Amino acid sequence: MSEQIELSVNGRRVTVAAGSSVAVAMMIGGASCRTSVSGEPRGPLCGMGICYECRAEIDGVAHRRSCQIACMSRMAIKTDG
Amino acid sequence: MSAGKYDVVIVGAGIVGAACALECAREKMRVAVVDHDVIGGGATAAGMGHIVAMDDSDAQFALTRFSQQLWQQARAELPDDVEYTQCGTIWVATDDEEMAEVHRKASYYEHRGVPVQILTAEELERLEPNLRKGMAGGLLVSEDGVLYPPCAARFLVEKAQALGAIVQLGAPVSEIGNGRVRRADGSELWAGVIVNAAGAWAPELTRDISVKKRKGHLVITDRYPGLVQHQLVELGYLKSAHSVTSDSVAFNVQPRRTGQVLIGSSRQYGAEHKEVDHEILTRMLQRAQEYMPSLAQTCAIRVWTGFRAATPDKLPLIGPWGEDSTLYLATGHEGLGITTSLATGRLLADQLVGRASMIPREPYLPSRTTTMEHAHV
Amino acid sequence: MVSARKQFDVLIVGGGPAGIAAAVSAAQSGKRVGLVDDNPAVGGQIWRGETAQSDSEAAAWIAKLHAWEVELCTGMRVFDAPAPGVLRVESSAGAHEFEYRKLILATGARERFLPFPGWTLQNVMGAGALQALVKSGLPISGKRVVVAGSGPLLLAVAAYLKNHGAKVVGIYEQASRAALAKFGLKVAGYGGKLAQAFSLRRELRNVPLMTNAWPVVAKGDGVLQSVVISRGGKHEEIASDYLACGFHLVPNTELTVLLGCRLQNGFVEIDHLQQTSVANVFCAGEPTGIGGVELSLIEGQIAGLVAIGKQDSAEDLFSVRRKMRRFAEALDRTFALRPELKALASAETIVCRCEDVKYGQLAQHRSWRDAKLHTRCGMGPCQGRICGPAAQFLLGWTPESVRPPIFPVALENLICETLEQDKEHTLVM
Repeated sequence: MSEQIELSVNGRRVTVAAGSSVAVAMMIGGASCRTSVSGEPRGPLCGMGICYECRAEIDGVAHRRSCQIACMSRMAIKTDG
Repeated sequence: MSAGKYDVVIVGAGIVGAACALECAREKMRVAVVDHDVIGGGATAAGMGHIVAMDDSDAQFALTRFSQQLWQQARAELPDDVEYTQCGTIWVATDDEEMAEVHRKASYYEHRGVPVQILTAEELERLEPNLRKGMAGGLLVSEDGVLYPPCAARFLVEKAQALGAIVQLGAPVSEIGNGRVRRADGSELWAGVIVNAAGAWAPELTRDISVKKRKGHLVITDRYPGLVQHQLVELGYLKSAHSVTSDSVAFNVQPRRTGQVLIGSSRQYGAEHKEVDHEILTRMLQRAQEYMPSLAQTCAIRVWTGFRAATPDKLPLIGPWGEDSTLYLATGHEGLGITTSLATGRLLADQLVGRASMIPREPYLPSRTTTMEHAHV
Repeated sequence: MVSARKQFDVLIVGGGPAGIAAAVSAAQSGKRVGLVDDNPAVGGQIWRGETAQSDSEAAAWIAKLHAWEVELCTGMRVFDAPAPGVLRVESSAGAHEFEYRKLILATGARERFLPFPGWTLQNVMGAGALQALVKSGLPISGKRVVVAGSGPLLLAVAAYLKNHGAKVVGIYEQASRAALAKFGLKVAGYGGKLAQAFSLRRELRNVPLMTNAWPVVAKGDGVLQSVVISRGGKHEEIASDYLACGFHLVPNTELTVLLGCRLQNGFVEIDHLQQTSVANVFCAGEPTGIGGVELSLIEGQIAGLVAIGKQDSAEDLFSVRRKMRRFAEALDRTFALRPELKALASAETIVCRCEDVKYGQLAQHRSWRDAKLHTRCGMGPCQGRICGPAAQFLLGWTPESVRPPIFPVALENLICETLEQDKEHTLVM
């Protein structure tokens, strides 16, 4: 797991260990995953893909559960936070 | 549960019953509303909440347009959770034949003072870029709107309560008639007038009325702000609503204020179970994707069904029924219950106080149906 | 978007210990056995990240899974059962359908979340959740972590985090000292692997384990900065980078309910052969009762053996299962939630995180359905999985029946193109 992957979170470059999830990349990048209905910044809650707090846009597709998606080189992640 | 004597007991706290309760309470009647479950739990909970002027027939138009105007007058006092939005409807035409229908509709509405705009293919694409390419155009009816029905029903009930109406929830009604509403727990309410506003369940209480269940499916997506701007309905919708014998689907999508997209619609006769019917859901979604390909990749969060209360002539039953002088009906609104709820309440109250209504009441009188029959599937 | 239907003699849903054990047991028959799980690899929650090369009990089981050629359908999530003997699943490639003769549901459990002020801050998450995130690459070395809530999972998580360099400030368990002591003695009495699990005490040597303790407020500006813990009537504020907080487990029963299986007290009703109330459908592991890894392995084996007609072999495991069930009952008693936890949420505390519905709003309603319709609580993508158990604890509301899809899916995946094949079957489940 020493290989590093580079991807972007809201346009900023983030480097993670290979095998990391996108949710982790967002946390490392200091971004909240989503903004709640009443404006709260949210991050992952359940870690197993059922709470939907970790939703983010990955490579143009909205509402993807980032805790269950592995980072890939040059992925573009956009959060609404 | 308390017993008591009321001027009016309304059975059914859906949006129609709620509107009736409010109008009767406004006339200073002693009102009780009873329901076996929660406020707005039947078709009110299941439907789209579209407020639409419908030109299906002159009588349909009169009722929907009148009621729509009542909603507009009420909008300032509607609480936020009713989510009233005047987003307008666009009737979508896919070919020349449907464009001809657009022109006919436009003329019908204009003649009656409903502001409309005929949209060319380019204008339609500009207003709704996510519709598939190659549409012929459409008709924009800008005064149509949408709202969230359960909260609207609750708002009407609360207004009625503020005027003294009593609301009793949670006990099923087993029998109504001759001034008495009897519940399954044995308790009773006595009323000068009983209003059967029980929607798809109305025939269980008043056996001989011409109301049948018409099942529908809906799907709601996650939030995609801007994906859809107006309530979009295919012109084939009326063919679907018209069909009295077969199952049908029609393209019908609604933007909710949350940014979620509500997708319908389907109609089935004879389906009595509330489980999701995969075959009709498939047809409905295939139709939706045909009109709006980008829906394919949206995240569908929930699917549900509901039962509309349908009558043979597609007009509701509003008025006295049968030999029992205490019994009135306010049901049979099919897919227009949200729109026509306020007018229904008015028409009912007008009849109870013996006053002329703003529109003729004859087309909706239940007595007209004694010579009609539902077509059998 | 549906490839041809895959057919299995025995299909197992859920790749945690119960599912793996069921699959291994069934595969020895030579029949076609499939295992579906929505994670990229098997292991479920407790064995997340384990492989055949790991240095653990999990490794042996996973090695057998490969040896017996169980068809692993990972990255797939079951969302519907459109016809008898058919499941629909979603993967990143679209929708797929699996046909089965026998179905074993090993869908595991999820953490129970109880709302308290600040629980929606970033870096406040479940206990298992933090462990899962660290396994998915979250750097935790040197970070301060408060572990709170209830259940044996707290100890396992604390040990794991500590082994990965976290500064675990303390474990704050709501159960009483007496209850835990009684449980500890019971555990010692089981010997073997269970005692091993609880010898975590050695690993957690310098980590205080506090009982009668629970979080009352999480503080921070968008992100967690400190946690206020109530302990013995006193409040203590602890600076922290993460709060790993979960209140024991609730079973994932949605698929079983969709299939029509009966529940009892919220768990799946099964007979001595792990059969549910629906013909050809079995259930093993946490959905039948929260009992931990050992019980899950036994139940999984029994279900797998019965599914291939080896009831005699299954019966050999009955006495061990009885013993493990007593452990499960002890778990239940020990980690029962105390009533003080009902007061953690204030009227302003969000209960439904998908729709930001506060406790005060919910409490005005008469039932789950009433609240759902009028506040939209439970109408979000979690479909009530997070807020439902909280509402049940706080307000006594029982959840409604389940409709497909049991997880949100891409709209196009709701389109069933293979229905022509089912014309003879009833479509009503």
